[in-house]
Amino acid sequence: MILHEFLSFELLRVIWWLLLGVLLIGFALTDGFDLGVGALLPFVGRTDTERRVAINTVGPVWEGNQVWFILGGGAIFAAWPPLYAVSFSGFYLAMFAVLAALILRPVAFKYRSKRDGATWRNGWDWALFVGGAVPALIFGVAVGNVLQGVPFHLTEDMMPMYDGSFWWKFIALLNPFALLAGVVSLSMLMMHGAAWLTLKSSGPVQERARRIGTWAGLVAIGGYALAGLWLAVGIDGYAIVGTVVTDGPSNPLYSQVERTASWLAAYGVRPWIVIAPVLGFLGMALATLGLRAGREVSTLLFSKLGIFGVISSVGLTMFPFILPSSKMPDASLTVWDSSSSHLTLFVMLVATLIFMPLILAYTAWVYKVLWGKVTEADVSEQSDSVY
Amino acid sequence: MEFDIVDLSRLQFALTVLYHFLFVPLTLGLSILVAIMETVYVMTNRPIWRQMTKFWGMLFGINFVLGVATGITMEFQFGMNWSYYSHYVGDIFGAPLAIEGLMAFFMEATFVGLFFFGWDKLSKVAHLVVAWLVAIGSNFSALWILIANGWMQNPVGAEFNPLSMRMEMTSFFEVMFNEVAQAKFVHTVSAGYVTASVFVLGVSAWYMLKGRHFELARRSIAVAAAFGLASAFSVVILGDESGYSATHSQKMKLAAIEGMWETQPAPAEFTLFGIPDQAARETHYALHIPYVMGLIGTRSLQTVIPGIDDLEAIAEARVRSGIIAFDALMEIRAKKGDVPPEITAQFEDHSNDLGFALLLKRYVEDPRQATEAQIVKAATDTVPTVWPLFWAFRVMVALGFSFVAVMGYFFFMANWKGMQFPRWSLRLAVAIIPAPWIAAELGWIVAELGRQPWTVDGVLPTALSVSHLSVADLLITLFGFVAFYTVLFIIEMGLMIKYIKKGPYMDVRETEEWQRKHEMRLSSSGEPQPLPAE
Repeated sequence: MILHEFLSFELLRVIWWLLLGVLLIGFALTDGFDLGVGALLPFVGRTDTERRVAINTVGPVWEGNQVWFILGGGAIFAAWPPLYAVSFSGFYLAMFAVLAALILRPVAFKYRSKRDGATWRNGWDWALFVGGAVPALIFGVAVGNVLQGVPFHLTEDMMPMYDGSFWWKFIALLNPFALLAGVVSLSMLMMHGAAWLTLKSSGPVQERARRIGTWAGLVAIGGYALAGLWLAVGIDGYAIVGTVVTDGPSNPLYSQVERTASWLAAYGVRPWIVIAPVLGFLGMALATLGLRAGREVSTLLFSKLGIFGVISSVGLTMFPFILPSSKMPDASLTVWDSSSSHLTLFVMLVATLIFMPLILAYTAWVYKVLWGKVTEADVSEQSDSVY
Repeated sequence: MEFDIVDLSRLQFALTVLYHFLFVPLTLGLSILVAIMETVYVMTNRPIWRQMTKFWGMLFGINFVLGVATGITMEFQFGMNWSYYSHYVGDIFGAPLAIEGLMAFFMEATFVGLFFFGWDKLSKVAHLVVAWLVAIGSNFSALWILIANGWMQNPVGAEFNPLSMRMEMTSFFEVMFNEVAQAKFVHTVSAGYVTASVFVLGVSAWYMLKGRHFELARRSIAVAAAFGLASAFSVVILGDESGYSATHSQKMKLAAIEGMWETQPAPAEFTLFGIPDQAARETHYALHIPYVMGLIGTRSLQTVIPGIDDLEAIAEARVRSGIIAFDALMEIRAKKGDVPPEITAQFEDHSNDLGFALLLKRYVEDPRQATEAQIVKAATDTVPTVWPLFWAFRVMVALGFSFVAVMGYFFFMANWKGMQFPRWSLRLAVAIIPAPWIAAELGWIVAELGRQPWTVDGVLPTALSVSHLSVADLLITLFGFVAFYTVLFIIEMGLMIKYIKKGPYMDVRETEEWQRKHEMRLSSSGEPQPLPAE
């Protein structure tokens, strides 16, 4: 097979770095509001019917949305195997917590309204809350840790190793900066969930979603600003030393990496990336105002814009780093040394170019079919078939 | 009690994958049966078929959600518990998993919501298309997962790259059209179809025994028996195809399944029964059927199937060759780029056996320092534990044939005996509901236990594939899974039973409306009256 030679290894690596961003953002924009609705559930719905309205706004779509996450995992495995190997085993117990939450959530959606009884339904409502709030929090905590560097090293055989005792590994993940990042992520997705509920519901559920969503938006904006300041003054960045080889074999140990004063140096080298945090602030601010004013479609779009800005700002700030190592900086994973082979990246790109447009098309069609508000009447009339 | 990371990781993988596979076969088959029922509804317009679609669709949904949820565990687990494996073969193994998401799972998951919520929002035909897309998506999922698994059994289209210390893909087409993967795919989905057919048959038979929902039950049996008979035949025939492909790609697995220690003159005999004894290297009380093994395995009377003893001797030679490859690899790594051509040549000549040298890592840090005894031991390690394979395989095959018989009987009774099922046969249909699950789980055990001591056959030993974790990490997640999965299983079974007991939702108004129109049509054409729909 010679075809893949038409695209350089370097270009394919950049494309797959962008696609990684597309998948993470795709996940946050779609399943993000499902998680947000889960986290808002106990607060927006007081009666069983109100809660069912909230649940059924995401009922038909959460399953498809969740595939962004699963596909994200699969794409990391396929396109960035060292990243997959190091991060999934390094964040072991955090990953397990996410996993437990993500198993609980589908089951809760499906099974909650299949029996009557307050205990049964309250229990599953809790599961939906945990299944929404915990992953939303942990994803942020993970990003906070990645920005600080993760204490792993690689052996000559490329075996990822982690340092520190068992409990320490887990507790060290919950450091102040990481928790701040977790709060940003959780409040941002709650804002997004509130924007979705504003569009898809009416009456008291919509009222409460708007009120809580406005606060969540404010917290997200404040937290994001604070995290930016903290990055400027309190957290080391990383940089590749010497010549940067962009088409070498995928072996992180071939390059030298040193710690620098701050990640924000990137904004001096590539000033244009400032557009990402600007969009982040702008989107979140307009979404917050929209929630307060009760605008529907535009609020959801602004919320998406804000999330897009926030997530891409992290990626652009760190480029070309993907997962820096605080223990052994040379082992840090970068775009240039932790991808799949040239051929695999090409094959995966072809598959993505074939299927991604199809996915976007049929997902858009499904949303179009389901367009419109979910009302209390819908829930009580079709009590047997909806969630 | 001493815990070992490798054993705990394997136990966790086995438990979570066997659990996942409780839900997958039913999803594969029931999605198609539901789509068939809805097709009949759209073609005939009879409300009973819509009610059947909704009823079996409801049970499909309860089962589907756990299949999805436990599937996430599988995708995470490679990275969490098997990080060296993920690094070493991710370049090849990751691709089919990601394509599965792109091509299949996205489709299945996006449309399944519309299947349940779209009855009033879509036209009849559009809803039918959605049902089929769910079914096709589920089945394509299985294809890509089995391409990934097939590569572990028969790693084609890849070679080792000493610079990145991992296997890298050389041909995607070889990976995709791997004969082992293709044989596995058709065998596995057929097994899923049998599972769903037995399930639908069993539940419908229970309704007949109880004298309930006769109209739904008899139609469901008609569909399930026809579909089930075809699937049961194909599961047996395609299982034979799997065996045939194993003859050239997985000789050790085949010999272990047969408990065949010594190479026999062709055509080899098939051991119907026996007690394999690993220590004595012989199968006691063996009951042989001449020629059968040779015919199944090679489809010829001349080709020899090698026995375990001979394969072990080959493995020993490969361990020695692997040490040469390992030696060259260490040179290449030390030189960092500036490698003399003779070293490169040495590596290339022996790189296919590198994995065999890695078997020595269990006993010695540097395989080049291995003693004679350790080399012999590494070769012995290539023989999987025989008795579970021997027995799991035989029970699976016996169950496979029994499904052909049961489905054949019901197909005959449904089509030629006017659905007059004797009560014993209905009770039998209820009693065998768990049987296809047992067969499917045994099939997994044969495939994966037979691959030991490798995660990727001949390439990467299981013992090396694990993550650098503590026993505490693994015990927490293991107990977490066991507790969590047990609770979910109880809840799932509770809901299944509740909804089966409750029975289908019969829309009386819709049925009567249809009935009235139908009778008007008939009275104007003067044809005989049909059976009243329920």
